[in-house]
Amino acid sequence: MEAVLGRVGMWFGITLLAIIAIALAQDTGFAASMTVVAVVAFGFLIATTARFDPMARVQGLFRMPTDPSRYDDDPVRWGIIATVFWGVVGFSAGLFIALQMAFPALNLDSQFTTFGRLRPLHTSAVIFAFGGNALIATSYYVVQRTCRARLAFPALARFVFWGYQMFIVLAAVGYIYGVTQSKEYAEPEWFVDIWLTIVWVAYFIVFVGTLARRTEPHIYVANWFYLSFIITIAMLHIINNLAMPVSIVGSRSYPMFAGVQDALVQWWYGHNAVAFFLTVPFLAMMYYFVPKQANRPIYSYRLSILHFWSLIFLYIWAGPHHLHYTALPDWAQTLGMVFSVVLWMPSWGGMINGLMTLNGAWDKVRTDPIIRMMVVALAFYGMATFEGPMLSIKAVNSLSHYTEWGIGHVHSGALGWNGMITFAAVYFLVPRLWKRERLYSLRMINWHFWLATLGIVFYASSMWVAGLTQGLMWREYGPDGYLVNSFVESVAAMHPLYVLRAFGGFLYLCGGSLMVFNVWKTIKGELREEAPMTGAPYDPAKDRPIVAVPAE
Amino acid sequence: MSEHSTYETLRHFADSWGLLVMVILFAGLVAWPFRPGAKKRNRDAAEVIFRDEDNGE
Amino acid sequence: MFNFTQQHKKLERSVTLLGSFAFVAVVIGSLVEIAPLFWIDNTIEEVDGMRPYTPLEQAGRDIYVREGCYSCHSQMIRPFRDEVERYGHYSLAAESMYDHPFQWGSKRTGPDLARVGGRYSDEWHVQHLIDPRSVVPESIMPPYSFLADTDLEPADPSAHLVALRRVGVPYTDRDIELAEDDMKAQANPDLDDNDLLTRYPKSQIRDFDGDPSRLTEMDALVAYLQMLGTLVDVNSVAAQEELAAEKGR
Repeated sequence: MEAVLGRVGMWFGITLLAIIAIALAQDTGFAASMTVVAVVAFGFLIATTARFDPMARVQGLFRMPTDPSRYDDDPVRWGIIATVFWGVVGFSAGLFIALQMAFPALNLDSQFTTFGRLRPLHTSAVIFAFGGNALIATSYYVVQRTCRARLAFPALARFVFWGYQMFIVLAAVGYIYGVTQSKEYAEPEWFVDIWLTIVWVAYFIVFVGTLARRTEPHIYVANWFYLSFIITIAMLHIINNLAMPVSIVGSRSYPMFAGVQDALVQWWYGHNAVAFFLTVPFLAMMYYFVPKQANRPIYSYRLSILHFWSLIFLYIWAGPHHLHYTALPDWAQTLGMVFSVVLWMPSWGGMINGLMTLNGAWDKVRTDPIIRMMVVALAFYGMATFEGPMLSIKAVNSLSHYTEWGIGHVHSGALGWNGMITFAAVYFLVPRLWKRERLYSLRMINWHFWLATLGIVFYASSMWVAGLTQGLMWREYGPDGYLVNSFVESVAAMHPLYVLRAFGGFLYLCGGSLMVFNVWKTIKGELREEAPMTGAPYDPAKDRPIVAVPAE
Repeated sequence: MSEHSTYETLRHFADSWGLLVMVILFAGLVAWPFRPGAKKRNRDAAEVIFRDEDNGE
Repeated sequence: MFNFTQQHKKLERSVTLLGSFAFVAVVIGSLVEIAPLFWIDNTIEEVDGMRPYTPLEQAGRDIYVREGCYSCHSQMIRPFRDEVERYGHYSLAAESMYDHPFQWGSKRTGPDLARVGGRYSDEWHVQHLIDPRSVVPESIMPPYSFLADTDLEPADPSAHLVALRRVGVPYTDRDIELAEDDMKAQANPDLDDNDLLTRYPKSQIRDFDGDPSRLTEMDALVAYLQMLGTLVDVNSVAAQEELAAEKGR
């Protein structure tokens, strides 16, 4: 009884504080964020007093298995549901802002729906909501299996998951109201940053605690990648978000650093968000799920050790390649370029390690759509990590920077590598987590695979053409020695390419929607009656040597 | 020491001894996981994920 | 050799060691790249003309940040012939010394704005922000008509200056005291300007949004756009010396 009273008191206190913050708020964005806090806290207050357990209801809805297992998989299941949900939200937001660029009327003449406010909504939804939930869920799954230990601090593990969702919602609500500190991929303002720091420290404690209670002496390499991801993201997040709030009841803050220093700190963060959020932990997924699905150990464990240390050591230097030819000192630009080019090696080492795991089982690429997704993910990883070092060379960068080429580059990495490896992990996990015999439909994975791949092809190729077009039009001189194009002519030239790009995004979203359907049906326990994927029936008529036919 | 000569000194160090130390360190670190003594343990470590086929039931 | 192997084994089997080594690996690069900038910063002398933003310009800048303008507009002219001809003299490090946060941007869906100040009339800016396609038919910029309808009313203008001073922008006590008056006076020539021009040289004092009766967000944003790149006389001797000091550009 006392415990219940204590919890009621806590939720009441939080609700009250949030209401006070709304009353004193200096701007509508802050008031909106605090309204979210108040509503959530009030919801918990009611639920606690009424002894109503909303979780039990939703767990029934999502058919969460309740029988005790050796591992604590409940947060993993929630994480997978969140991954699938935020994935579709993020892809839709991306499609919408892509259409805004082709058809500006879609800005709807409202301050809440302009491209400028929705763009961080898209980037945060796909990187932090879709990607982040996939990482939290898979890290919880992998660390338990490879350590053969249950999650440490189960309550804290659940706090990490729900606290992270709160971070996403607060950030998203803020974006709509223009609450942003304008640092790309670190847009949330100071109060949301502090909340994420708390959640992240809890995540670190859960992960390290689980590692500490492992029964397997060796720490499997996937956990190295997850651990360095958690540590480095904490460092990057804290330093890049050092800021001075204008008021403790207002959203605006001013970053600690200015000008050149702020630019370098931001792109040190920004590039390492790519490195330590979108590469390192996704490689952890590769090191667990690819061997598991292929049913053979990683090609070279020694290479994975080398891969790990060289990748994390080199990646942290690469940030300044985002600032070539700017007012950043030249030595820093050169340093960034050199390390970016060197990075090509460990990146491809890792890709080769993943691909060669399939050595001797390449037929699975034909018969197993999950393996095929993994292989294509690695292929896109290889392409993106070749393109990246190339773009970081100053001469190339002078043409490509500020153009759509950069957008094409990040999306071939994000859609191809992060997206595909995450889809593969989701398809691997759902039947195991919900104790189903198999997925609802393997053929639907095949459709998802082709829709996504085709979507990426449309996206990347249109943006490559767009980027080169922009870069060349901007620097084109006529025989008279004057610039040929006004800026707006380059904008007009983008229109067909923006339409093609949006079409690519549409295909990708269709693939994502198929995943939602497939996952939902699998959770419900249904199995689709379908012909097996392996079908390449023997046709004796075709089984004959090719005979040369003389020309008529 | 003026700003400029500090830069020159550091630059000189980075181009000579600093570079040498980095190269040796790099070669050592690359050779490290490939030493023969680690073979068995590496194979064991790679198999860790298959020792738990029952998915924790 | 045996001893060495044992050491290695330890690393792979201890969370603390593994975590520490991974942390060290990522700290090295960070320190080498970032730390010198703070120390080299002292070599970036204040160029003639650089001054903190006026309260109205800063309010406009906050709107620029709020609306995510940096998603599509850079403020960093690179030293290439075409960029210099298109946008003006390439950007100096000192020109963004009071920029918390920096707004260099990473993408040019629209043109660079580092030196857009004075290039267009106030009327053009207002019309363009209200309905971009009415002045540039091919434009894909979102309309920002709500700025003209929204009163500029930050809860406490001086609090913004105080916060900026805490992160190193040299506002004087008088600047902070007069912040609210300065904000109003810059957009209304009829008001007493309290030596605004002495404290903020080259600040432009006029009604920016074409509606002298009210102070709107449009006033602030246009005031900010109209001052971009106008503070430093890049062809002056001091600026050229500063350029020579910025090595390798």
